Amino acid sequence: MTTMLKVDNINVYYGAIHAIKDVSLEVNEGEIVALIGANGAGKSTTLKTISGLLRSKTGSITFMGEDISKTEAYKLVSKGLAHVPEGRRIFLQMTVSENLEMGAYSTDGSTVRADLEDVYNRFPRLRERKNQIAGTLSGGEQQMLAIGRAMMSHPKLLILDEPSMGLAPILVGQIFDIIKELHRQGTTVLLVEQNAEMALRIADRAYVLESGSISLSGTGEELAQSDEIKKAYLGGH
Amino acid sequence: MNKIKNMKKSTRQTLLTLAMIIAFYIVIEVMIMTGNATRHLKSMLVPMCYNAIAAVSLNLVIGFLGELSLGQAAFMSLGAYSSCLFSIRMRRILPAAVRFPLAVLLGGVVAAVFGIVIGVPVLRLSGDYLAIVTLAFGEILRSVFINLDITGGAAGLKKMPQDSSFTYGIIVLIIAVIVISNIIDSKAGRAIMAVRDNTIAASSVGININFYKVLVFVMAAFFGGCAGALFGHNYSIITPGQFDYNKSIEILLMVVFGGMGSVRGSIIARVVITFLPEAMRGFADYRMLVYAVALILLMLFGNNPKINRFKAKLFNRRNRDDNVRLTQAQKEVK
Repeated sequence: MTTMLKVDNINVYYGAIHAIKDVSLEVNEGEIVALIGANGAGKSTTLKTISGLLRSKTGSITFMGEDISKTEAYKLVSKGLAHVPEGRRIFLQMTVSENLEMGAYSTDGSTVRADLEDVYNRFPRLRERKNQIAGTLSGGEQQMLAIGRAMMSHPKLLILDEPSMGLAPILVGQIFDIIKELHRQGTTVLLVEQNAEMALRIADRAYVLESGSISLSGTGEELAQSDEIKKAYLGGH
Repeated sequence: MNKIKNMKKSTRQTLLTLAMIIAFYIVIEVMIMTGNATRHLKSMLVPMCYNAIAAVSLNLVIGFLGELSLGQAAFMSLGAYSSCLFSIRMRRILPAAVRFPLAVLLGGVVAAVFGIVIGVPVLRLSGDYLAIVTLAFGEILRSVFINLDITGGAAGLKKMPQDSSFTYGIIVLIIAVIVISNIIDSKAGRAIMAVRDNTIAASSVGININFYKVLVFVMAAFFGGCAGALFGHNYSIITPGQFDYNKSIEILLMVVFGGMGSVRGSIIARVVITFLPEAMRGFADYRMLVYAVALILLMLFGNNPKINRFKAKLFNRRNRDDNVRLTQAQKEVK
């Protein structure tokens, strides 16, 4: 198993606030890796640093053997790293199909038609609504659209930031099924979630972030069984 | 006719805009030839053209990129001064037919260069900063022009050839409309609208946000400079005071009047504003009052959700379902 993404000892600051402290993590090819933690633990900050929206003061981030810690965010897509940002960041004023076409922005465009079909087959709801303005979609549909848009760039690594946020439980289940399905078809996934239970259920490995540093790591199963995790995140007793 | 039907909707829209401009040009020319145009009307034609060009190019920044720039008059002043200085020097060397197109181009290029200088650092910021810096840029530039000898200082620049004409104005306007419409319809245009819609999503699909912001800003500066060149060559004297921030606001009003994001709207707004006082000569004194009331009504009508829904019902059958759904979605949120 080769290492696809290696985050080595990063430190991120918001002004004087030290948000991420000495975080290191690895994602191997073919894995689903989850990053869990409470509100404000630094999950999204870590992701934003990986995808180039924030910069680390120390350490390095390597993707497919290439140092990307200084690479600008928009260049990462063509390298095979797709980021589905937190809060379903879709283009609200464009139609569903236009949103998906934007996902293929950094490809040469030769496979757009086939890829669109592929996304529509995976998300039949999006096909039904392809000419609808994206802002009129429900929350779950918007999340599907955001994931579908990321798939349009043929990512090797798909980074998902809180895909379950603000969704009804039944939709959360659907979204996680989709993630599992994408993974089964060969996409490596780095998943950031507050919904620790769901995330640990599908993750091969997981890291727990606590106030900016990694406090625990292990396989999904191990962590799901751990007493500490049960108490802190899974509501067990 | 079939050919037109098969065209992309956006191409048809552009052709319609161009057809309207040309039809308007012909009507005015006929009026002048048959002696039906008053002197006042004739004197308004060139200003109408350069103001329309300035508004169409500013619309690119405000309507399509979603950033507020208050420096369009500053770019016009750069175009006006640089092109006029060029024309004064070249007066005896080049014939007018060569000199003036070159002057317009030069005005555009000089403004575009300053657009890059201002845009590259400032467009990295977001929100109101661009408005503040472009406003300051205009005021600084005005002071510089007042204090320079070469620009004639506060007394103004004189002795330029009056090369501007309605025909030249229409030609530059047509070029601006074609170039801007083409950009909007291209992949770059899609990227620009994606940046406006959601910058984080735009960068997550691989769009270089800073590049497109600067590109749009510089294009607007270029055509602003061309408009300035038409402006400069229309008068026997230009002073820095003509390019203060009131001028920028006036152009901004055109954009808002015509509808943000509508190329044709900006032009129509300019034409209406030009001819409205002419049509209502009887109470010309109340022009500013009518202007103010019209603006207030426009704000009310433009932003009232109920009226928007009504408009959607009336005019936009294709999007009607979406509007109904949006309304429902808004209700659910409440």
